[in-house]
Amino acid sequence: MSTTATSSVEGKPQPDKNRRPAASAKPVTWKLPVTLAVLAVIAFIFFGLLGPQGTAKFGVSSGGDFFQLPAIEVPAFLSGMVLSLILLGLAGYALVLKAKQNARPPRWLPAVFTVVFVVAFLIWVVGGARTPSISLAGLIAGSVTLAVPIVFGSLSGVLCERAGVVNIAIEGQLLGGAFTAALVASVTHNPYAGLLAAAVAGALVSMVLALFAIKYVVNQIIVGVVLNVLVSGLTGFLFTTVMQADADKYNSPGRLPIIDIPVLSGIPVIGPILFKQSVVGYLMYVAVIVIWIGLFKTKWGLRVRAVGEHPQAADTLGIKVNATRFWNVTLGGAVAGIGGSFFTLVAIDSFTKEISGGRGFIALAAMILGRWNPIGAFFAALLFGFADNLQSIVTIIGTPVPSQFMAMLPYVVTVFAVAGLVGRSRPPAADGIPYIKG
Amino acid sequence: MSENTEPRPAAVPDPDRIPAAAQATEVEPEPLEDDADFVVALDTAGGAHQPSAVPVTAQSGSLPGAPEEESLMRKIFTGNGIVTILAVLLALVLGGLLIAATDKVVGTTAGYLFARPSDFLAAVWSAATSSYVALFQGAVFNPHGTGVAGQFAPLMETLTIATPLITAGLGVALAFRAGLFNIGAQGQIIMAGILASWVGFALHLPLGLHLLLVLVAGVVGGAVWGGIVGVLKARTGAHEVIVTIMFNYIALYFLRYLLDTPAFQRPGETTPISPILDPNAVYPLLFGSQYRLHVGFLLAIAATVFVSWLLNRSTIGFEFRAVGANPKAALTAGINVSRATILVMTIAGGLAGLAGVAQVAGTEKVLTDGVAATYGFDAITVALLGRSSPWGTFAAGLLFGAFRAGAVQMQIQTGTPIDIVLVVQSLIVLFIAAPPLVRAIFGLNPRKKKAATAGKTKQAVTTGGAA
Repeated sequence: MSTTATSSVEGKPQPDKNRRPAASAKPVTWKLPVTLAVLAVIAFIFFGLLGPQGTAKFGVSSGGDFFQLPAIEVPAFLSGMVLSLILLGLAGYALVLKAKQNARPPRWLPAVFTVVFVVAFLIWVVGGARTPSISLAGLIAGSVTLAVPIVFGSLSGVLCERAGVVNIAIEGQLLGGAFTAALVASVTHNPYAGLLAAAVAGALVSMVLALFAIKYVVNQIIVGVVLNVLVSGLTGFLFTTVMQADADKYNSPGRLPIIDIPVLSGIPVIGPILFKQSVVGYLMYVAVIVIWIGLFKTKWGLRVRAVGEHPQAADTLGIKVNATRFWNVTLGGAVAGIGGSFFTLVAIDSFTKEISGGRGFIALAAMILGRWNPIGAFFAALLFGFADNLQSIVTIIGTPVPSQFMAMLPYVVTVFAVAGLVGRSRPPAADGIPYIKG
Repeated sequence: MSENTEPRPAAVPDPDRIPAAAQATEVEPEPLEDDADFVVALDTAGGAHQPSAVPVTAQSGSLPGAPEEESLMRKIFTGNGIVTILAVLLALVLGGLLIAATDKVVGTTAGYLFARPSDFLAAVWSAATSSYVALFQGAVFNPHGTGVAGQFAPLMETLTIATPLITAGLGVALAFRAGLFNIGAQGQIIMAGILASWVGFALHLPLGLHLLLVLVAGVVGGAVWGGIVGVLKARTGAHEVIVTIMFNYIALYFLRYLLDTPAFQRPGETTPISPILDPNAVYPLLFGSQYRLHVGFLLAIAATVFVSWLLNRSTIGFEFRAVGANPKAALTAGINVSRATILVMTIAGGLAGLAGVAQVAGTEKVLTDGVAATYGFDAITVALLGRSSPWGTFAAGLLFGAFRAGAVQMQIQTGTPIDIVLVVQSLIVLFIAAPPLVRAIFGLNPRKKKAATAGKTKQAVTTGGAA
């Protein structure tokens, strides 16, 4: 481990005369450079030296595209070598920066490293497969689709935690949204009514969280965990007693139509993901941008963040701390509820028990990996959607990597992230701490 | 003292993002002369620190680190038993209403509610009670059973199901007491199950030794999986809630992978199921082959005694509680917080591991990907209901075991889905966590206003520390 770890192990707090001045307390650690170096060496050994000899083929255009691009064919071994050497170079640069100037690597470095690593990994996986050919367009489009509920869930987390309320109940909000969307859309024969109802249901779950966390000052993590169980039990119970009893009447919501924007949707790769989505898909992009602008560019966002970072100061300035928290948590629930409607109105057109399948927890991870920032959370969610999608593709094309390890990847990455080995994620200072006005 | 000497550097907020008021206290005059200064400095910097994530009794109204809340606390605790009973009652009533609301007879009688309301009420009553009667018969005593043995079979089943709930619940409760939120019992049970079952079916050892090895392997599996979380928390400050949730998934996918490999798959089978454990490797049955109850239940009792001793009588347990109550004070008092964190997560994992052993060597006798069922998550509610005390957890484990066992019977007899148990369980925990709510519902809150204002002013003093 790093230098900070060794200096922090000392059990008894002795005043340490040699310690760093408090002003430079954000220490430049060896964590990131060393982690990058280890990953680069792993990449060099597996993707480079032990890389497959074949050719990996990536289809770029799909049939309905505006214009066709030829498929990309790369020699797996050569590109594995080149890419892993780039990784080694990047890691070496970070190490040199730390050793020579005691400076942290530039911010682009971890991002570039991640992208190169993912590309090298992809080539390695595809190159070693039985059928070394996948459609890149399909892979990316599928990733975005799988990421939609995760994005909404992580946005809910961002909204709640920026205001200082820990939201473990994302899973419950997604599930509640999915159930209500299916029920209301079936009864009213209108998927848009289902979409609206999903937002209301998510908000209701959130309001229970807010009530217990803010009014009754119950530990927020406890409420979140218990709410997940409650929603899971409620939806499971009602599914069996109501929906299964009369599936035609109560569990056939129909789907939200895919809105295809002409011409633009024909652009290869990015066309389908940006211009060929359901309403929920378009809402996702809107929500990410609106929440980002709202949180970081408006007076409202400044107040929310103040409440999450230092509620006493915010209160002193006349901001109603608990009211802000309450409405933020409610809004977060509504956002997650919309995300939940994706399961029953877009992905498949019926509800089943536990349809959210732990995506709420992945959303939580995405929020952390995205450093409590809507845009960061969006890309982290895309990464998880990508891993999810790759997992199913890998089983189809038949690679040596067991699909279970692909499925494990998001969780491992998150553990690394919260352990501070990949970047540094820090929650809002007052996150999870109830505020009682004096 | 700045935060550099904290054992959990990343848990501490970034100094450059702490608002100015808090940061000012950080640039203390230094070097500090003696320990007294040091204590004061710690206190003033206190506003920037996060209090323990988990209050010892996850109860509302008790902000962590509020020293003057003793009278308020006493008030809460005097009404404790009543609140618990009322919470269970309230949850059962709400569950009953939910059952009634989806009942067909109730639906039809509601059609002529105003013509004959008695029909409707009778239907509501019968729908709810018949489910609960079936639940009771499936959980405790079945008068229609054949002979005394048959009549008490449900009770034995309850104890069987309670066994992993109790041990895993103890793991969660122990971590609570040290201020750690162990959501990871699920993963710890799985890891224990993997190791214990492998020792159980792959090795062939004499009687006694084999079971002992299975037990040790399981406990070690759980302890290591929990211990890693402790190390990550102590060394890097990674939040244990996130890490344990992620570890649950990692363990689950690891289990699925193993069940896909020849080493773990039953020969000649393509389904993901392991070979049956050796007869030498399984827990002996307690009351003969007519019940599933096994020696694991005795181990659960022993584990409860152990945790009770550990928390109340041992030095380590005192350290755990001190760290849980106030990590800063514990650190100042010379307690090694890192060590306590790692140790408590290891023991918690070991206890959850015991639940994993009970599953593979007792109840199931094979390893499947449903080895942990939902015991790991139920363990959290068990520990919360038991207020993190060992014997409370034991009792809560029995109650939830009864729910689980009875729900199966209830579904068979009345068609009420098992999920109602989840609803009732979570409602109980929610209500118990918020006594003011329960008392308000039952109109037991005569001094509510006074208590609330008193609590407010007192707590404001402590929460306002950073300003």
